[in-house]
Amino acid sequence: MITFMNNSDSEEEPCNERTSLMSAESPPVPSYQDGLQASEAGEAQAHRKRRAGSSRGPNNLAGGEMSGSRVPVRESALENEEEELTLKYGAKHVIMLFVPVTLCMIVVVATIKSVRFYTEKNGQLIYTPFSEDTPSVGQRLLNSVLNTIIMISVIIVMTVFLVLLYKYRCYKFIHGWLILSSLMLLFLFTYIYLGEVLKTYNVAMDYPTLFIVIWNFGAVGMICIHWKGPLQLQQAYLIMISALMALVFIKYLPEWSAWVILGAISIYDLMAVLCPKGPLRMLVETAQERNEPIFPALIYSSAMMWTVGMAKPDTARGPSQQTWDAAEDGREHLRSPSHAESQMSERRSPVPTRPVTSLEELEEEERGVKLGLGDFIFYSVLVGKAAATASGDWNTTLACFVAILIGLCLTLLLLAVFKKALPALPISITFGLIFYFSTDNLVRPFMDTLASHQLYI
Amino acid sequence: MGAAVFFGCAAIAFGPAAALVLLTVAAEPLRVIVLVAGAFFWLLSLLAASLLWFVSVQLSGREDAALLLLGAAAAVLLQELCRFACFKLLKKADEGLATLSEDGRSPISLQQMAYVSGLSFGIISGVFSVVNILADSAGPGTVGIHGDSPYYFITSALLTMALVLLHTFWGVIFFDACERRHAGGLGLVVGGHLLTSGLTFLNPWYEASLGPILILTLCTGLWAFGTAGGSYRNVLKCLSCK
Repeated sequence: MITFMNNSDSEEEPCNERTSLMSAESPPVPSYQDGLQASEAGEAQAHRKRRAGSSRGPNNLAGGEMSGSRVPVRESALENEEEELTLKYGAKHVIMLFVPVTLCMIVVVATIKSVRFYTEKNGQLIYTPFSEDTPSVGQRLLNSVLNTIIMISVIIVMTVFLVLLYKYRCYKFIHGWLILSSLMLLFLFTYIYLGEVLKTYNVAMDYPTLFIVIWNFGAVGMICIHWKGPLQLQQAYLIMISALMALVFIKYLPEWSAWVILGAISIYDLMAVLCPKGPLRMLVETAQERNEPIFPALIYSSAMMWTVGMAKPDTARGPSQQTWDAAEDGREHLRSPSHAESQMSERRSPVPTRPVTSLEELEEEERGVKLGLGDFIFYSVLVGKAAATASGDWNTTLACFVAILIGLCLTLLLLAVFKKALPALPISITFGLIFYFSTDNLVRPFMDTLASHQLYI
Repeated sequence: MGAAVFFGCAAIAFGPAAALVLLTVAAEPLRVIVLVAGAFFWLLSLLAASLLWFVSVQLSGREDAALLLLGAAAAVLLQELCRFACFKLLKKADEGLATLSEDGRSPISLQQMAYVSGLSFGIISGVFSVVNILADSAGPGTVGIHGDSPYYFITSALLTMALVLLHTFWGVIFFDACERRHAGGLGLVVGGHLLTSGLTFLNPWYEASLGPILILTLCTGLWAFGTAGGSYRNVLKCLSCK
């Protein structure tokens, strides 16, 4: 159920958003309202854990293996603790996603507010050919709807193409495509961004320095995203490329088209992820059947799969000792080459990490949630557009920000209830759009009037 | 004007809030979620109030002080209503969490949630009131050039700080009153909020508005401290590090 972010080959190619949330072995967190079903949920959860090992596919091959081997050990010790832990994990996952989403939005809003380049109108993408410069409202609306239709069709075509490629195992083509796109993002867009930032602050930089900076930034980024790298560096790079892509959208999408596109994308996301024949759903199911992870370059992963290796044998005996052995076994199974995270375990093994003293810590580190980069991009587009165009300035931006976070929270809650890949865009974007328009048109005059008289409510 | 005013006023307005968040909320995921949820509820109340004001202005065809007064009062009442809704939701969540945990106690107590939700109301309310003013303060300009008070920024910052703290205290008192079905507490919170908002109508006569508001903040703080279970003896015990 993931749509892919087609990191574009050309500057004007749009992103196919990858727009869903998948829980990497997220434990079934019963809904908070479900007090009565908690006991059944606990039971079911234990059963699910047992079955989890074989059937977890794309999220983490590693995680699946791990849990499979560890479950018999764990069952006896942990069933009681699991429920409380799962709840803490539920909240922890939310925070693990709040932070990167917030960071991405902060980068985008800071850039929009300071670098004027991204708010200047300098033409449009070829995917939105209809101009919005017409005086009549009806014509403008029509043009934006047409732009949206074209954009969404392009995205659908790209997604279907990608799914077909994946289905027919044209991995090389897909990898080449992704590498080309991230090359473009990491080098060309970064160059443009850096150039504009330097222009804004009137800082002179010579070309050799620029070359070295961009080269290092881009090369390390390519390595981190497509190969191995420290998790946090990889996350940072993914956030940065999402922010860059969002800035491109904010610059090149005309006003009304942007809002209509945001609305249409959430509907498309909903359908693509949940309908049985939706391309994203087919993609995820195919990946699950083949027991492969989805391309790491398109997904933000909030946690590592298995930072287990370093249990000091002399601390917690028994379970953790056994899990450590199980971890060793688990790691041998990790041979999927394209999986950046799997490589990381091998990198980490020689490094003594913190001693894992209790099983809970093991679990905590193992579980994470994954969010598609397209979600980051469209959240940031919404907030960035609010920052760029709203006359209510900061109030609108902040309202959209809170709305998106709450939407994300609700989506994660649903994820915990349904335990399958879900679209992350619809709820957040809906809240975001509602809050944008209402804050800009209703709240802004009210707060402005109050502020001019220095009244506080 | 300039960076000094901007940073100074921002620190005055949000210093206590930032300290409270960093020290008590940031480390716990559940509390962060309650923080964001509280902000969302406040935004809903503001939306409703703005809609009301907007409609009334459109209907009456003019924009005058009486409508603004009505709008502000409606905003206060709606905020307290949303605080009540927040209470209901958090209470349900608390019960759910308690049922799910292994020892029957939820990982976060209702009082903690009261505090965090009050803090979130305060932060978002303060932010919405003052962030545009702060943004303007960083730029060029002369304050009060048309005859208004030159102390606009600093008084705004102080009022915001007071408001943040007041919301925190009201959150604690309100939730406690709702829990114990104590109508008096509820009435006093709503009354205090209306009073605070009303006092700001006396701006720029700052002696009459800012002074009493700060005193009110102190009193409400002491009251909230008592409600949360604090007492003179607790303070002594804490200070003597026993």
